[in-house]
Amino acid sequence: MSLAREHANRLPRRRSTRWIETRAALLFISPWLIGLLVFTAWPIINSAYLSLTDYDVINDPSFVGFDNYVTLFEDPKVGLAIRNTFLFAVMSVPAHLVVSLALALLLNSAAKATGFFRTAFFLPKMTPPVAIGVLLVMLFNGQSGLVNGALGLVGIDGPAWTTDPGWVKPGLVLMSLWTVGASVIIILAALRGVPQELYDSALVDGAGWWRRTLRITVPMISPTLFFLFIVDTINALQSFTEAYTAFFGAGNTTYSNDAALFYAIYLFRQAFEFLHMGYASALAWLLFVIIMVITAVQILVTRRYVHYEGGQS
Amino acid sequence: MSLALALSGCAKGTGGGARPAGGVTYDPSATFHGTLSIMGFGTGDEIGKVRADRAEAALGGMDVKLAEGDLDIQQFLSSVAAGSAPDLVYANRDQIGTFASRGAIVPLTDCVKGEGVDTTMFDQNALAQVTFGGAVYAIPEFNQVQITMADSSLLDKAGLTIADVNGSSWESLSAAATKLLQAPGGKLKVIGFDSKLPEFLPLWAKANGADLLSADGKTAQLNSPQVVKALEFAVGLYTAQGGFAKVKAARDSADFFGKGNQFAKHELGAMPMEQWYVNVLNDVSPEATLAFDTFRTPRGEPIAYSSGSAWAVPKGAKNPQAACRFAKTMTLVESWKAAAEARVAKRKQDGKPFTGILTANDRADEEIRKMVTSGGRPWDSGVQAMYEANDHTFSLPANPADNEFKTAWQDAVNRVLNGQEKPQQALDRAQRDAQAALDKAWAEWADKKTN
Repeated sequence: MSLAREHANRLPRRRSTRWIETRAALLFISPWLIGLLVFTAWPIINSAYLSLTDYDVINDPSFVGFDNYVTLFEDPKVGLAIRNTFLFAVMSVPAHLVVSLALALLLNSAAKATGFFRTAFFLPKMTPPVAIGVLLVMLFNGQSGLVNGALGLVGIDGPAWTTDPGWVKPGLVLMSLWTVGASVIIILAALRGVPQELYDSALVDGAGWWRRTLRITVPMISPTLFFLFIVDTINALQSFTEAYTAFFGAGNTTYSNDAALFYAIYLFRQAFEFLHMGYASALAWLLFVIIMVITAVQILVTRRYVHYEGGQS
Repeated sequence: MSLALALSGCAKGTGGGARPAGGVTYDPSATFHGTLSIMGFGTGDEIGKVRADRAEAALGGMDVKLAEGDLDIQQFLSSVAAGSAPDLVYANRDQIGTFASRGAIVPLTDCVKGEGVDTTMFDQNALAQVTFGGAVYAIPEFNQVQITMADSSLLDKAGLTIADVNGSSWESLSAAATKLLQAPGGKLKVIGFDSKLPEFLPLWAKANGADLLSADGKTAQLNSPQVVKALEFAVGLYTAQGGFAKVKAARDSADFFGKGNQFAKHELGAMPMEQWYVNVLNDVSPEATLAFDTFRTPRGEPIAYSSGSAWAVPKGAKNPQAACRFAKTMTLVESWKAAAEARVAKRKQDGKPFTGILTANDRADEEIRKMVTSGGRPWDSGVQAMYEANDHTFSLPANPADNEFKTAWQDAVNRVLNGQEKPQQALDRAQRDAQAALDKAWAEWADKKTN
């Protein structure tokens, strides 16, 4: 009886301690929470509202219902921008994954100076995207660029990467490989986590390098590859700076190329060059929906190929 | 970017169209105190500094705070919407119509009258570019015009003269472009003639007798037969030299502002180009063999497409009177003369000629022209061509959708240059896009005026 009473007395005290701890926790994370609400949640909600308005920054937004969304489906440049962006993503995401994996495998098998190579591969990632855009114009110059110079050495007459609409996107894909360093480091970390005994067993069974890679390495690092697949796809669908700098920005004040008109570039131009903030907000929401759908499809389709050591989560 | 877009929405508009700042009295004898904030202007060289010093002195004790660098439109408009506008902005003249139509800047009618700004002294094309809906919205300064620049040694070798490449005969120009061209083994070594597309389409169109936009700024004329023909001709010059891709690749690989520029290295026969490039060439390659003339119509008349800068007072500016005084003083004949004197002294010290300044102020131009010092041949002919071009300018009128209009025709030219469309097809599409943008923007402006 007395024990029960004591237990009953302790309950409010425990609750009060928990409340104090909760308050303390909330207090400590409040800077982040406030930041999230002010700089993320509120702008997202506000952009949803703006997408239903005609708004030019200066004058009050005027409600236009779903007009912006209707215009969006009638605007031929939206279709062009989506096509360009998808094509770029379809080319760049596999290229990124394959190159990153290849470099990580090389690094993983390097006996010496791995630290140096890790740094060397990561360094280009530190290059500002604008600089990469400028580099693209220089490296891929049809007349004097290094790329065509190298192709010329093996007897290939390189294309006009920066003007021929058929070669603009491949050029951008190749240039985007400049920044695979971060993915290489992530894959390398995953490779280091693959248990050595699995390779030892496979060796005993007579499996060669190729078989070990396909049957052990790739399945064991598949969660990492899956993560990069999703993230690289989202990045590709939001691709902006390099293409904008090379084909629409300061380096080309008047020259532009429709083949490089990515969705985010069109959105930016509508918002910040033509001041159609309402329309640009509608474009942003469409992009959000597209990315959500693609990501959901990717998760559904690729789930069965991802191996989690602790079982499917 | 979505976040930036959304955040921009947080600065809500202040509403209303462009109406004169009510109750502001402009007194030319008044003095000011406090701080005058200016966006988009940096004193840079002596031309800016000398005038800015005089303008600051004319305020009688007010501090001037500059936000240097090109005007950031987004930053400027957000500041106006948020009620924290600068007192004065320095913008490109072709932006004025858009700013005015959205109510971001105020008409300067009272400023011009109260401070006694003599608008008759301004270049009338420049003034037209800053006049919107019948009201002057900005005070213009500087003029950029195009002249023909050519490599005289290449011309001589090909048995040509500057008259063959100045546009006065399109037949001769076509022939000269291919004569000057050098492309051994298919690799472009010397560009015969660079038509400077897409940026100079207005120049080619006007040379062929067409304006891209009607005088009232309301009707696009992008697919008129003259414009189509002008584009076909200018693009054809590239085609005859192996295509735009090759010319652009060669152009992009040149050291445009350095000692290894195309003229110094004899890699370019001729091109129309803005006059400031004469100074660049004179600075970096004074020994280059050059020839200059105006750019001419097929009838032989000089012609140039003028553009430049302007001072405008934002809506909500806290010191509109001081802003007006500053803009007025910056563009006074005396200020320009003082700046030119400083430039003459500096050029003399550097052992270089003073090649003049185009101020967008006719009287100042006259005075400064008298101060020009000879640089000998060929530079004197460049200066002469510059002043002659300045007397034969045209410009596009102010309109509320300038950026969309410009994007429409530039995209059209680019589609042709990239081989995606034929000139007629590209310009038909541009016409539809441009007219739709103009109609929408003018309708919104009309709504604002009536509300």
